[in-house]
Amino acid sequence: MNASMSAPRKLRVATTSLAGCFGCHMSFLDIDERILKLLDLIEFDRSPLTDIKYCGPCDLGLIEGGLCNAENVHVLREFRKNCKILVAVGACAINGGLPAQRNHLDLRDVLEEVYQTEPGLSHGGVPNDPELPLPLNKVHPIHEVVKVDYFLPGCPPPADAIWKFLTDLLAGRTPTLGHGLLHYD
Amino acid sequence: MNTTSTFNLDSEDIPFTPGQTIMQAATAHGTYIPHLCWHPDFSAHGSCKLCTVKVNGRFGSSCTIEAQPGMEVENRTTELDDKRRTLVQMLFVEGNHFCPSCEKSGNCALQATAYELNMMSPHFDMFYPDRPVDASHPDILLDFNRCIMCALCVAASRDVDGKNIFSMGGRGLLGRRVHISSESGKLGDTDFAVTDRAASICPVGVIVPKRKGFAVPIGQRTYDLAPISKQVKETMP
Repeated sequence: MNASMSAPRKLRVATTSLAGCFGCHMSFLDIDERILKLLDLIEFDRSPLTDIKYCGPCDLGLIEGGLCNAENVHVLREFRKNCKILVAVGACAINGGLPAQRNHLDLRDVLEEVYQTEPGLSHGGVPNDPELPLPLNKVHPIHEVVKVDYFLPGCPPPADAIWKFLTDLLAGRTPTLGHGLLHYD
Repeated sequence: MNTTSTFNLDSEDIPFTPGQTIMQAATAHGTYIPHLCWHPDFSAHGSCKLCTVKVNGRFGSSCTIEAQPGMEVENRTTELDDKRRTLVQMLFVEGNHFCPSCEKSGNCALQATAYELNMMSPHFDMFYPDRPVDASHPDILLDFNRCIMCALCVAASRDVDGKNIFSMGGRGLLGRRVHISSESGKLGDTDFAVTDRAASICPVGVIVPKRKGFAVPIGQRTYDLAPISKQVKETMP
């Protein structure tokens, strides 16, 4: 009954890296000791930091990386289904980024060159284990597949930008970055 | 006699001399109007439409409309910046603007303008067009992935260098592109020189010098130091 007697519910946050390099997660960890302040306000659900395998109902989902294979799409849809607010973090989630540099090449040509014809590589054949997710013909940013609520650009976004974004959001403000924190590289 | 007339731009009186466009007068006054294809050294091209303002309630390109006494001009309104952001987003999805690997990053007018307009995402679906680079010239690389069709290289090569090396050609969203005047279509087969005006005119990262990438560290590049709106100059590189 008395709201001041009980601590406010911690917001549940899930994070994942799809076709990314985990650089955005590393930059997230670069908020350093501020993560302790953050942990007063949030708790992690599915994330590489918790090793929880499936996303439960969450307030906030942070997606690093774009979509380069079928599993990426499944995970993204799982996040969209469970997260009230979904955020595209970093260049790859926002515009495809480095993985999308293969988009002007034919996928079969790329696989054959890497696994069969390029001198100096092992020529073991294109992997076809049924457990491997199938690559998509093109790499896509996540907003082409699900609705995305916020975008946090950068390669990676600087820790200060991630901190500003999260503290704005947790305080109920519209996140704004401004000069110095908003950059695409 | 009254020799200086003024017009009103976002509640600020901007002086002008007869014949000046709204863009020229605002730039001389140090007031920023977003733009990409306009350059103070060249005649207006009027193609990017980023400098669209509202003159007495109607939309128009500030780089082509002559200033008139008493004009009421809206510039940095939410309505206009929203439209400008959409135009920039369309440019981003029509090319391959991969900032993390671009030598021009931090010094790029397209990128800085997108920052100025608070562009957080490309919004639209990406095209990922196939635009091969031209590395045939010994000193200059042409990376057409980053081209925004501003045609400043066309003007510089024609009007200053007198070489007519660049021209716009083709039709349609992805068909239109810059052509090179040599028979092979390669820059290496022209008399283009690194000292040409056209070699330094590109506002984005298409015409870039070889062996000079990433010379200035992140944090010290042109638009790291201040936003593009705070760096209004009458002379530009």
